Amino acid sequence: MCQECGCGLPGEKPVGISAHHHDHDHGHSHGHDHHHDHDHPHSHTHSHGDATGQHRVLEVRQAILEKNDRLAERNRGFFHARGLLVLNVLSSPGSGKTTFIRETIRSLGKRLKTGVIVGDLATDNDAERLRKSGAPVVQITTGTVCHLEAEMVANALKQLDLKGLELLIIENVGNLVCPASYDLGEDLRVVLLSVTEGEDKPLKYPPMFQSAGAAVVSKLDLATACDYNRDAALANLRRLAPNAPVFELSAKTGQGMDVWCKFLIEQHKAIKARNPLGV
Amino acid sequence: MQSALDQVLEKARQAGASRVHAIRLRIGALSGVVPDALQFAFEALADGTPAQGAQLLIEDVPARFWCAACSHEFEATRMFAECPDCHRPSAELRAGREMELTSLEVD
Repeated sequence: MCQECGCGLPGEKPVGISAHHHDHDHGHSHGHDHHHDHDHPHSHTHSHGDATGQHRVLEVRQAILEKNDRLAERNRGFFHARGLLVLNVLSSPGSGKTTFIRETIRSLGKRLKTGVIVGDLATDNDAERLRKSGAPVVQITTGTVCHLEAEMVANALKQLDLKGLELLIIENVGNLVCPASYDLGEDLRVVLLSVTEGEDKPLKYPPMFQSAGAAVVSKLDLATACDYNRDAALANLRRLAPNAPVFELSAKTGQGMDVWCKFLIEQHKAIKARNPLGV
Repeated sequence: MQSALDQVLEKARQAGASRVHAIRLRIGALSGVVPDALQFAFEALADGTPAQGAQLLIEDVPARFWCAACSHEFEATRMFAECPDCHRPSAELRAGREMELTSLEVD
């Protein structure tokens, strides 16, 4: 389970990984862990009662998600060695991640050979939808776990034909809270905000939007119907992620998709340039 | 929390301890961790382990950002990274994502 929300309490269904059309779970169990190292100039302690001091003290100083971070760095090294651009796509459930990814693959066409790893609690419906794009797709079913972890991605990679692949899109579990804490080894975190969700969503989920490397405003075709306030949405995104480029688009009508695809091609070029031996 | 508890039990085992009385954690404001949820999950998971009944002592670490324009560090208010002097947003997080197991008190 994860330390944020208590998902996956004992009795959880094991994580399944499926590259094929049916739901067969090969139970891969997984451990958790992670971290983040920063300086802490000062801090406030709110202790709920105090320990007595009559016990032996063991100094630990270990990041709780240290193991996940370590595995994520291993993934990152693997991705870089292959010259792969890797996206971790995050949003609330229903913001349009799957359609956005499918249309990204379609719009890219032959310009970037793309594969997908998609995470959901159950079903491989999203994998089925994405397979229609012709790209290789692996579904991870997390059981009761509300986010993907670096180890799940590493296991899923074994099922994916990486030959000639230039772009790997990881569709995370729809959730704006816990996935923010788990590095998967991606180059770019892409956080979606659909116009139907309300312009203040970034303010409600600061850790997620704060961690975004790029922001996508999706379902732009519904903007008028939803009384979408563009200025407010962009201002809120700016506040949380001032350096993240923002792409406003509609996967349904194709509006804005070309700018987004060009950005991905540029990002991939930069990765290739950094690693000329990439295969 | 399972990962934190695993670390706690492993450290306690290595030290030859049979009971864990207190667990000290540092939790950043932007870590996404809710202390109450942590407490709840801990109680559910620690049941029947040597850490059952242990106190969770959580040190909150505020989110701190760096303002490049003013060359100073500031504490974020309500998690917004806006420099209090120039009001520019900052993307340079200096502290606040910590999730760290600091120390244990054992017997």
